[in-house]
Amino acid sequence: MAFLEVKSISKHFGGLMAVDQVSFKIEKGEIISIIGPNGAGKTTIFNMLTGVYSIDAGEIDFEGKPIHNRSPQEVVSSGISRTFQNIRLFSNMRVIENVLVGTHIDTHYSFLDVLLRTKKYKKYEAENTVKAVEILRSIGLGDRIHDYADSLSYGAQRKLEIARAIATNAKVLLLDEPAAGMNPQESEELLQFIRTLRDGGYTIILIEHDMSVVMNISDRIYVIDHGKKIAEGLPDEVANNPRVIAAYLGGEKKYAENS
Amino acid sequence: MKNILSQMLLPQFHKFYIAAIILTLIFLPLLGLSQYVLRIMIMIGIYAMLAMGLNMLTGYTGQVSLGHAAFYAIGAYVSALLATTLQLNFFIAMLAGVVVAAISSLLLALTTLRLTGTYLSIATLGYGEIIRMILLNWEPVTNGPLGVRNIPRPSFLGYELTLANNGIYYLMLVLLGIISLLCYLIINSKIGRAFIAIKEDELAAQFMGIKTTGYKVLAFVISASIAGAAGSFYAHMIRYIDPNTFTFDTSILMLSIVILGGMGTFRGMYVGAAILIAFPEALRFLAAYRFVVYGLILVLMMRFRPQGLLGWRSSNPYRLSKQVSEMLAQEGNREITLKPFEGKEEAVKG
Amino acid sequence: MIVQQIFNGLALGMSYALIAVGYSLVFGILRLINFSHGSVYAFGAHMVLMFVSMNLGLIPAIFLSILLTGLLGMLIDKTALQPLRKKKSIPIAGLITTIGISYIIQNMLMILFGSERKPFPALFDKGMINILSVQISSTQVFMMVVSILLLAIMTFVINKTKIGLAMRALSQNVKAAHLMGINVNFVVIFTFFLGGASAAIAGTLISGYYQIVYPTMGFVAGLKAFSAAVLGGIGVLHGAVIGGLIVGVSESLAAAFLGGTYRDAVSFIVLIIVLVLKPDGLFGKKGIMKV
Repeated sequence: MAFLEVKSISKHFGGLMAVDQVSFKIEKGEIISIIGPNGAGKTTIFNMLTGVYSIDAGEIDFEGKPIHNRSPQEVVSSGISRTFQNIRLFSNMRVIENVLVGTHIDTHYSFLDVLLRTKKYKKYEAENTVKAVEILRSIGLGDRIHDYADSLSYGAQRKLEIARAIATNAKVLLLDEPAAGMNPQESEELLQFIRTLRDGGYTIILIEHDMSVVMNISDRIYVIDHGKKIAEGLPDEVANNPRVIAAYLGGEKKYAENS
Repeated sequence: MKNILSQMLLPQFHKFYIAAIILTLIFLPLLGLSQYVLRIMIMIGIYAMLAMGLNMLTGYTGQVSLGHAAFYAIGAYVSALLATTLQLNFFIAMLAGVVVAAISSLLLALTTLRLTGTYLSIATLGYGEIIRMILLNWEPVTNGPLGVRNIPRPSFLGYELTLANNGIYYLMLVLLGIISLLCYLIINSKIGRAFIAIKEDELAAQFMGIKTTGYKVLAFVISASIAGAAGSFYAHMIRYIDPNTFTFDTSILMLSIVILGGMGTFRGMYVGAAILIAFPEALRFLAAYRFVVYGLILVLMMRFRPQGLLGWRSSNPYRLSKQVSEMLAQEGNREITLKPFEGKEEAVKG
Repeated sequence: MIVQQIFNGLALGMSYALIAVGYSLVFGILRLINFSHGSVYAFGAHMVLMFVSMNLGLIPAIFLSILLTGLLGMLIDKTALQPLRKKKSIPIAGLITTIGISYIIQNMLMILFGSERKPFPALFDKGMINILSVQISSTQVFMMVVSILLLAIMTFVINKTKIGLAMRALSQNVKAAHLMGINVNFVVIFTFFLGGASAAIAGTLISGYYQIVYPTMGFVAGLKAFSAAVLGGIGVLHGAVIGGLIVGVSESLAAAFLGGTYRDAVSFIVLIIVLVLKPDGLFGKKGIMKV
């Protein structure tokens, strides 16, 4: 049994089939990528994985247990955490506070501990703060902990979202277009960082519409178009798959017409 | 000018300023202020408490309540009725008022759990009006429009606290101090961070594993309890209450204070209450226009300074506790490799 | 007795529907609950009173009031709400702003006209009509006919005219409508005019029915109409009508069987029950959450 297994999940909005019987699986310590043209249904898959949307059909198993149709909170506490395509930081909070919010889930003190400032409260606060600083240091934001989240550059904000996701004690990280809006150098640094996360034992699912970004980093690539999986396999296989090329050319053409 | 100001606001002076303000407040009545001035100061204190409470819900958690006068009323009525009929001591009557306000807010919060944003605000407004109608029409208990009279003054160890012996004033200071301290303790914890996260981005907060509904209910209950305490104190200070004190206007006054002072700040609550309570007294010729001015404040603040008069961001660094600083110093700048959390998995395997 | 009360309720409900439409129109386009709408309605009624006292005659007074109240609606949008849209303020800012405006209008009315209840001329008072032991006043019939007529006109404007098409486009997607060359601010301001004008008509009808006006009349009436709009599904025009009728009927039944003191409480209870059980209303559509 795979670490995380998605078995032919579907989702429709009214008459539109947003995701149509998509399956994939990922083993512990792998990086896989889900790619496809804009509007193919990639983010919808993440939303189904993380409990934003219920699924109409299929099954999602994580560590052998079903996790579909659960609330986002339950999904996070099972060890799956995500970032967002359009950054959703707590922008009026400081960088370190954003990460501390991530540690919320593993902070077990009561209301009374808060009012009485008990040892338990102090222990959790101290440990979580150190943990938050460590995560920020390792992601390259160690010197920005006092700053407010919205004062960071775009690239740094994306990193902070990943740091926040890591702080929830996640084992699986779902990253929704993490390199979007970054320049090639930033993007290369980020991919390097994602590799070190994988080497540390994290399991990572990437969403990307630009195939070239994930070519070198992915163990496997799944290609989605119009809600359907049209190809899967090693990066080289997928890149040379005629259906994928057609989808991408068609997709890009459509995109060009719209803009 | 601005330079001098920012120099004066340096963090190392903060403690000094706070101490100076507290000392001034303690010694103020000894200057022989008139009862009139003292009464205004006490009203400022009461509204600062109410604003503190509403701030927990609206300022920090982002849920706008338009019916907070209801909890103020419940605290006042429960406490006043217990004190007049059962001759309960002020502090016990107050505790009862707080508990009933908390329970009624819990009921409201639980029934309106599914509502978000504006819908929630309108539901709280409806709730506030229903409570007021109950006060007006449930005559056997509330005495209807006539209200409750001859509410006993608070007494402490057999010593009656009055305006003349400054007892009421100091009781107000103590209550305001306790409420401020409680709010400070709550905000500087995972609970406070959860509140702010919900205000900033509720969905993202859910993805951090925060049980947003539960925390919203908690914010409601904390907020209503504080309003209940303020109501109870008000009833025993003024000694006569009727439903007209607890109208929609009162809810709006509380909200105006929070918005004028600065949502999600402490300093804003004191300053906002001082400005809005003192101004109709200070500018008598504007008294007829006071509600027009409240309206203007809401409109102009939203347009030009939504963060409030005192709603600036702290430029001080984030305060790391001594313990944390030591732990981080020990660690130095060694390389850290992040590893996924394995603790829970062990437990599952075993 | 019951039939009588139901009829009273229907007549009242039609005019609630007129106020409710104002909430629905603005909400449909801006996703904003225009809290100031109730006080705009009170403003309309007071303007009629003012022009009547200037001996302009009732009919011209009503038309002047409709125009002026429509302009007030436009002014509210232009001076207070449009700048917020430009700044892309948080949604709560819009609500708080309209609460502030409602306060300003209501208290200005109090200062200018006094807070007491003032007599208002009866409208179209031609005595009672007796049908099968149900007493119907001609004022009630007039109220219903005018309301139905106006709602029909509004439905026509929204469904069959160019500006109506633009309004519907905005309620679907403001950004896309803007890209298609629709002047968003113009459409919004027109909507506010329509809302203000219909509130003035409702104010005239209801004041003519009770023959009384006072500055705070908009608070409770506004909340009732808001309940009606939510009940029907806010943003849906025919929903506002059905909602208005339900609120009107339940109110007059409550007044008859529970006593006058609880008549207003009934609408609030209806409001909370609707919000709790079916926040999307009877005819509302549920949106898809975007992440």
